[in-house]
Amino acid sequence: MYLTKEEEKILCGEYGEGMQRAMELLIAIGDANDASRMIPISRAHVACSGQEADLYFIELLVRGGASCSVPTSTNPIYDIDYFNKMFEIPENEAEIPQRVIECYKRIGAMLNWCCIPYISENIPLYGEHVAFSESSATPYVNSVIGARTNREAAQSALAAGVIGKTPEYGLHLPENRKGNFLVKVEATLKDEFDYSLLGYYVGKRIGYGIPVLTGLKKRPTMEEFINFCAMSNTSGAVPMFHIPGITPEARSIEEAFHGDVPEDVITVTDEELQQVNEELQTTSGEIDLVMLGCPHYTFNQIAAVANLLKGKKIHRNVAFWICTSATTWLLAKRAGYVDIIEKAGGHVVADTCIDQPCWREYRDKVGITDSPKCAYYRRFKEVMVRRLSDCVEAAIKGRLE
Amino acid sequence: MKTSEIILKCHKIVGGYGEGEALVSNEPICFYLADPKTGIIKEKGHELEGVSLANKVLVFPSGKGSSVVQVDGLFKLKANNKAPMALIVKDVETVLVVGAVIARIPTVNKLERNPFETISNGDFVKVDADKGIVTILKKHI
Repeated sequence: MYLTKEEEKILCGEYGEGMQRAMELLIAIGDANDASRMIPISRAHVACSGQEADLYFIELLVRGGASCSVPTSTNPIYDIDYFNKMFEIPENEAEIPQRVIECYKRIGAMLNWCCIPYISENIPLYGEHVAFSESSATPYVNSVIGARTNREAAQSALAAGVIGKTPEYGLHLPENRKGNFLVKVEATLKDEFDYSLLGYYVGKRIGYGIPVLTGLKKRPTMEEFINFCAMSNTSGAVPMFHIPGITPEARSIEEAFHGDVPEDVITVTDEELQQVNEELQTTSGEIDLVMLGCPHYTFNQIAAVANLLKGKKIHRNVAFWICTSATTWLLAKRAGYVDIIEKAGGHVVADTCIDQPCWREYRDKVGITDSPKCAYYRRFKEVMVRRLSDCVEAAIKGRLE
Repeated sequence: MKTSEIILKCHKIVGGYGEGEALVSNEPICFYLADPKTGIIKEKGHELEGVSLANKVLVFPSGKGSSVVQVDGLFKLKANNKAPMALIVKDVETVLVVGAVIARIPTVNKLERNPFETISNGDFVKVDADKGIVTILKKHI
């Protein structure tokens, strides 16, 4: 890979060990992918998790004096103070996440702790080169917005945020942004839950690839896009997709495939979605908790929950949780939605991911969620995966058949 | 028992030198599904289920699994000295490269000959990623 004099200096350690380590990582990725040079990026999103590998790398960078050179947002870990009051968290358990959080502050990241930064705090524009990790973030910014990112790991996105560059390969090159699977959607897509099932099915069927979806009866909502992205990039590796006439890089089917023919054609009917839905259930009957907000709930979704719960009481044996961003939490509080949900017996928590040790209380419990991704990474034992209205009904009755 | 030596050029992804007994997997590997204390693969139904990766030179087609779990899995194996000594991989993607860099495991691809046909379980393999050379000492001829 060609390096400029400035990049050579970074690699030799002239700007400190932190930038050197970040550069080494980017060069290894560039070499592996036959990149010919580095290109500037305008922003990054780090899918940090608060785990050991996370801590190791960011401490290396921070101790070596590195800081972010472009806006770099962060994924949720968990609100340690909040959960300390809520549950007994063993003393040493919060140590690693606490140190990770401190490091992100020191490196100058945006501490938004949200997995859908692309709707509120860190929004790329069409054509921007960026480095966005996180399952829903990569396909959303590529497909819905038309920005350019590869499917990054947390550490490669962080390194790119520090250096302000990324190797030029993969989806940064226009020729690699063409669709290769045609997905004919014949299923009825009633709401965002059906888009979750569609995403989960498509990811599972194609594995790695860029699907082109046809047959949609209407333009998907923001939440429907978010769910399709999160689920297809969880059950498979789908860094991008096209919907001809809707997503910005595909005015037509021909443009979506860059004039080529698809490698494979998949048809999705109601039957496939129903089958995926059935495969996701591990139990039925009584529930102990409801887990919503994977990916983080938007303002609209919290409003929908508040409308369903207004004047109702959640069953006394059921814990009811919604995870969201601090920004959305504030707006939902102002609108009165947080109070309605709390009055019904539920909780709305910011900065927190469903896949964190703070949920250990529920490890032997039965949960219901509207998210196949939550089911996949769940910290509780048995799971039902249903649309929001069923989740709320289960919360009130304490059970669902 | 006779041995024969095969020397192949390769492409460096992560530098360094590692040697050990070859372990070949025809299926992709998620390092998070190996026990970090023993290196034994726990993934149900995997062709290497119950086999340890520790201190082997691992030949495999690609990684799999989300970025978080894959990088953390390899890092934990390395922290317990149960990681492979080197990786010979067919398809690389960014997440695997990041895992190998963070765990500092020499990693190469693009061998002159198909590693799945050239390398068998039990061969002794030396991976010199910096020089871009893989040396295979065949167990049997």
